[in-house]
Amino acid sequence: MRVRYNPIITASRMIRPLRFPTLVVLLGTLVVALASGVARAQLTIEIIGGGGTTIPIAIVPFAGEANYPYPLTEIVGADLARSGLFKLVDPAGVNPRPARAEDVRFGDWTGRGADAVAVGSVTPQSDGRVEVRFFLLDAVKQSQLAGVSYVVAPAQFRTTAHRIADIIYEKLTGDVGVFSTRIAYITKQGAHFELLVAEADGYNPQTIVNSNEPLLSPTWSPDGTRIAYVSLENKKPVVYLQSLVTGRRQVLANFRGSNSAPAWAPDGNHLAVTLSRDGSSQIYLINADGSGVQRLMTSPGIDTEANFSPDGKAILFTSDRGGSPQIYRLTLGGGPVERMTFDGNYNVSPRHLPDGKGFVFVRRDGGRFNLAIEDFATRQVQVLTQGGGDESPSVAPNGKLILYASENGGRGILAAVSSDGRVKQRLTAAASDVREPAWGPLLK
Amino acid sequence: MNKLSQRSFTSALWAGVALAALLAGCATNPPPEKVAVEERNVGAGSNTGAGTAGTTGAGVTGTTTGSQGNPLRDPRSILSKRSVYFDFDSYAVKDDYKPLIEAHAKYLQTNRSARMTLQGNCDERGSREYNIALGQRRADTVKRMMLLYGATDPQIETVSFGKEKPRNAGHDEGAWAENRRDDVVYAGE
Repeated sequence: MRVRYNPIITASRMIRPLRFPTLVVLLGTLVVALASGVARAQLTIEIIGGGGTTIPIAIVPFAGEANYPYPLTEIVGADLARSGLFKLVDPAGVNPRPARAEDVRFGDWTGRGADAVAVGSVTPQSDGRVEVRFFLLDAVKQSQLAGVSYVVAPAQFRTTAHRIADIIYEKLTGDVGVFSTRIAYITKQGAHFELLVAEADGYNPQTIVNSNEPLLSPTWSPDGTRIAYVSLENKKPVVYLQSLVTGRRQVLANFRGSNSAPAWAPDGNHLAVTLSRDGSSQIYLINADGSGVQRLMTSPGIDTEANFSPDGKAILFTSDRGGSPQIYRLTLGGGPVERMTFDGNYNVSPRHLPDGKGFVFVRRDGGRFNLAIEDFATRQVQVLTQGGGDESPSVAPNGKLILYASENGGRGILAAVSSDGRVKQRLTAAASDVREPAWGPLLK
Repeated sequence: MNKLSQRSFTSALWAGVALAALLAGCATNPPPEKVAVEERNVGAGSNTGAGTAGTTGAGVTGTTTGSQGNPLRDPRSILSKRSVYFDFDSYAVKDDYKPLIEAHAKYLQTNRSARMTLQGNCDERGSREYNIALGQRRADTVKRMMLLYGATDPQIETVSFGKEKPRNAGHDEGAWAENRRDDVVYAGE
């Protein structure tokens, strides 16, 4: 199990603010920097399919949270419920409500069927900030799993709630939580296009780019500070880089012909792009400042949609070199090219899983486009969706959920499916087509 | 080049293009849809500039007729036709568009300062990025033909809009057929 967080396990009950507050403050700055754009109608997330086993957890409203406009534990609960892996146990009837680990009477919770219980408090500080304390307890083993304190501005309650949900998720499932990550996506309303960034639950969407020409293929830098995307505003596809910190935009690739399909290398120093400048769509490496363009391969047909492996040593890409679009893998540094998909005559848009053990892609099956997942070792393919018009997959940084573009009632929507195909969500925004989702990285 | 050798050159060219197209398109082609692209093609281009009547004498090769009007905008000139349509998943150029492509190539050959962009487009099905590449391939294919007909490389930039700028927003085969298309756009238009 990968431990990203370092919550204090409070054997001594002495809780000190950790490195989180700094990070949370940084995030706050970032949101302000982005806030130049008008906040848009946010995405509404609806769970449309459940998983198998769920973990029953009681989240007790934190003492003092009712004094603030953001219902902190409601956000935590909504995050966990949306993952499809948790069942929320109603804490009503337990009086008084415990706010500290030592106040928890385990029998109250096992009696309600809860395996875990979260309690906490929100306390104002003299400087206007608040201290959020949180404890996670295993009600069955009667032990404490986590205890954390954050000192934050009230405006950072949502972020703090996502952090708490991440800790609960990680402690109880063994996987990294992604509730405090962000997502980017494109909306189209009439002839107006926007690139937006929102919290992973769809809240606080901020407009990053406005355009009257199509935008596509947003992709996050590994450190989450920049987004590369394609715009047609110059009457041709041009790849841009947009800083989320400074708001500065730079041209990454604007060569003769079309420039598209940006993909970040894990080191964040360079990207793969598809350029047609030398006669056909081929994959090139380019430095993040636009210099050092270097062609990766020469093929007789189309090569595009590069996607780096998590270790940066290989790329998956789509090519029609075999007569139909299929997925291939190139080992960088002069290695071989290997065909990865064989079933069907249209397999495109490969995206590595973060553990490097397989990839998600889009396959056409009798005129229908669906997501599938392939394991590198066994070459087994599992079809994940049945939407028929599914495209542009983006894998959550913990590999557990895949966000993708779909359609519902003639409108573009986002949807998510768990990598085992069991949990399904639908994300819609009022009055716009939503498309081209890109899941942001874990914030270190 | 005399007429005979020009003809054999042209047939060789077409055999090559047809073979390349066949190789390129055969693997995934569904049965070609017999849609009314020909009718729609006439004047369908967004750049045909209807209402520029008054030009006279523009023939197939426009500039050689001594017309004072602009043959590119004369609806009676083949040069006012600006769209080449394709089958699904294919960048094979159909024979029907040979005269149009040849006429524009000859125009570029005669007007060496003329510049054009070939804009490739796709229907809405499938990956956005793969469609960018497919539209690019459609534009590149027509450009290669134009180069063989006498245009020069610096005169033609090929770009792709993929499925991002559909001319017809519908979701049926009629709309799709209209959107699988190369458009010829001259500099300054």
